[in-house]
Amino acid sequence: MTAEAPAPTQTSPGSPILSAEEVTKEFGGLVAVNRVSVDVPLGSIVSIIGPNGAGKTTFFNMLTGLYKSTSGRIVFSGRDITHDRPDVITKLGVARTFQNIRLFGAMTALENVIVGRHCRMRAGLFGSIVRAPWVRAEERAVQERAAETLSYVGLRSRQFGQLSSNLSYGDQRRVEIARALASDPKLLLLDEPTAGMNPHESAALTDFMRKLRNDLQLTILLIEHDMKVVMGVSERITVLDHGEKIAEGSPGEVREDQRVIEAYLGKQS
Amino acid sequence: MNELRAQLHEWRVAIERTLPPWWPRALAVLLIAFGLLLPQIFSTTSNFVNTEILALTYVMFALGLNVVVGFAGLLDLGYVAFFALGSYAFGWLGSGWFFKAHVHVLVHGPTGTLPGIHLNFVLILICAGIFTAFAGAIIGVPTLRLRGDYIAIVTLAFGEIIRVFALQGPSLKIFGMPVTGGELGISGTDPPYLPGVGQFSQLDIRPWYYTIFVLVLITLFVTIRVRDSRLGRAWIALREDEVAAVSMGIPLVRTKLLAYALGAAFGGIAGAFLGAYTTLIDAGEFQFGFSIFVLAMVILGGLGSVWGVVVGALLLSNINYYLIPDVLNPIPGDLGLNFNLTDLQVSIFGFLLVLVMVLRPQGLIPERRRKLELTRGIGETELDEPAASWVSVEPGEVVQ
Repeated sequence: MTAEAPAPTQTSPGSPILSAEEVTKEFGGLVAVNRVSVDVPLGSIVSIIGPNGAGKTTFFNMLTGLYKSTSGRIVFSGRDITHDRPDVITKLGVARTFQNIRLFGAMTALENVIVGRHCRMRAGLFGSIVRAPWVRAEERAVQERAAETLSYVGLRSRQFGQLSSNLSYGDQRRVEIARALASDPKLLLLDEPTAGMNPHESAALTDFMRKLRNDLQLTILLIEHDMKVVMGVSERITVLDHGEKIAEGSPGEVREDQRVIEAYLGKQS
Repeated sequence: MNELRAQLHEWRVAIERTLPPWWPRALAVLLIAFGLLLPQIFSTTSNFVNTEILALTYVMFALGLNVVVGFAGLLDLGYVAFFALGSYAFGWLGSGWFFKAHVHVLVHGPTGTLPGIHLNFVLILICAGIFTAFAGAIIGVPTLRLRGDYIAIVTLAFGEIIRVFALQGPSLKIFGMPVTGGELGISGTDPPYLPGVGQFSQLDIRPWYYTIFVLVLITLFVTIRVRDSRLGRAWIALREDEVAAVSMGIPLVRTKLLAYALGAAFGGIAGAFLGAYTTLIDAGEFQFGFSIFVLAMVILGGLGSVWGVVVGALLLSNINYYLIPDVLNPIPGDLGLNFNLTDLQVSIFGFLLVLVMVLRPQGLIPERRRKLELTRGIGETELDEPAASWVSVEPGEVVQ
């Protein structure tokens, strides 16, 4: 963040590290995300919820540069990233996981995490061919760090060398988080991290998210369906429905919101 | 069939157990030593050493294509373009073709007085590499947004464009000089001269052999180093999952173009060497079949596997240029049949390919990753991927 004192705001504990302003995404005639604004305060855990097809993942894809927004502006850490490429955004400090795990199946768990470190490494074509001392040192350091990160997310060391496609579902989720952490993100985007987990595992992941935030001074934005997780971990919640933001606020506020209840349960007639 | 396979596997495991852990290294050293001694052992007047020169050139082509197809997973069917451009780079910079020019750089002997552009052989190889690397990157640009089969179509078209350009070259003029020799070719290329070796000639082909041998060693070195680097990992990541790779901070354009450029550079240098060796740069050579031939070597050896590709290239070119035309050719005649084996060359070739693909689809020496994928990956841990609708929320929970 900038050196100047953050502008005091009443509603949030910190100034926003990420703010999406009236972001819109249209696919042909379909408006997937319609003028959605979200502020993510620095150091907070914010959730985006909404029924299936509400545009949550589309919104994530715009934040990470995979989709170009049709209109609107996305500012991260004081920089307009609306038109930046995904790899540039990652380098600025945004990392993500995917709803359906997207690990590099033919690579080991360790290699996956090393790839996550790509944008912080310097070795290029000629550096790799010559393999200068600094390249070797970089390679060694990254390997050690990747192993540490894997241990941090709870993988056992004998699994480091296994092909990621051979790991269990839960472990793949861990590796994916480790891969995202490897790029030293300031903001971590988690797309349904507890999908496919039992309540026990979900609870463990909830604790882990808090630990992450506290240990690494991360800001976390997550898409989540599991209300127990959402209500338990988030400081703020944004609710999307049919591509529009229908509610925003603390878990308590969102829980009481009439439009949210309607979106999830249908309108009472 | 399965019993046989199991038996073979058992033997292999047994053999692997008895061998010391350094055996691959020892084998590599032995092979290199054999490669160095080969032209001393075999008569250079026979066709065998000549074949090996061609075979090594193909090893270099195949290693280059392997970077693009094997490492980065970009199916390139227009690899002949780089053979052509490399050859022309040699023709343009090492002959009297551009007869109005008088450029001489570090050349030796009578070549220094001839009209045309005459560069030192090593310089030409470097120029050819740089030139084709740029061409590779340019050809790569329109494929960046494409995947799989579509890349194949675009690159195939580029290969054809270059071929047609080569054929039509005589009517294209720069400063009143034709660009290519078309089917008549560019002839009268400079014989390479290296200090300590002297002028290369067709009478003693050993210097040619050692030159391509060294070029192949350099290619191997570079390929292996790059494969095990940050860049090599980025290629594999892109090959595995492009969306995840760019989200992890891998710049798509630069990484893909580097793969095209590096692969093209090897192809261009090998092409320049082949142009020098055959002393004729003839547009008729740059056929689509060449791309397929090299691709077959890569796939037969094992996509992405450096040593597999070397074996695949050596094997196929030896079968194609030596075994069938020189060794086995008279057999049908001896059996009283009225044809030569060369008539069946393409069929034999196709049959061999089909055979290998059926028996060993992963290639002769599969890449470590693919080997793991094909063997260990199956059945061990079936992923219980949750259905997309598997959502643990009861809508009512929001209200509570």
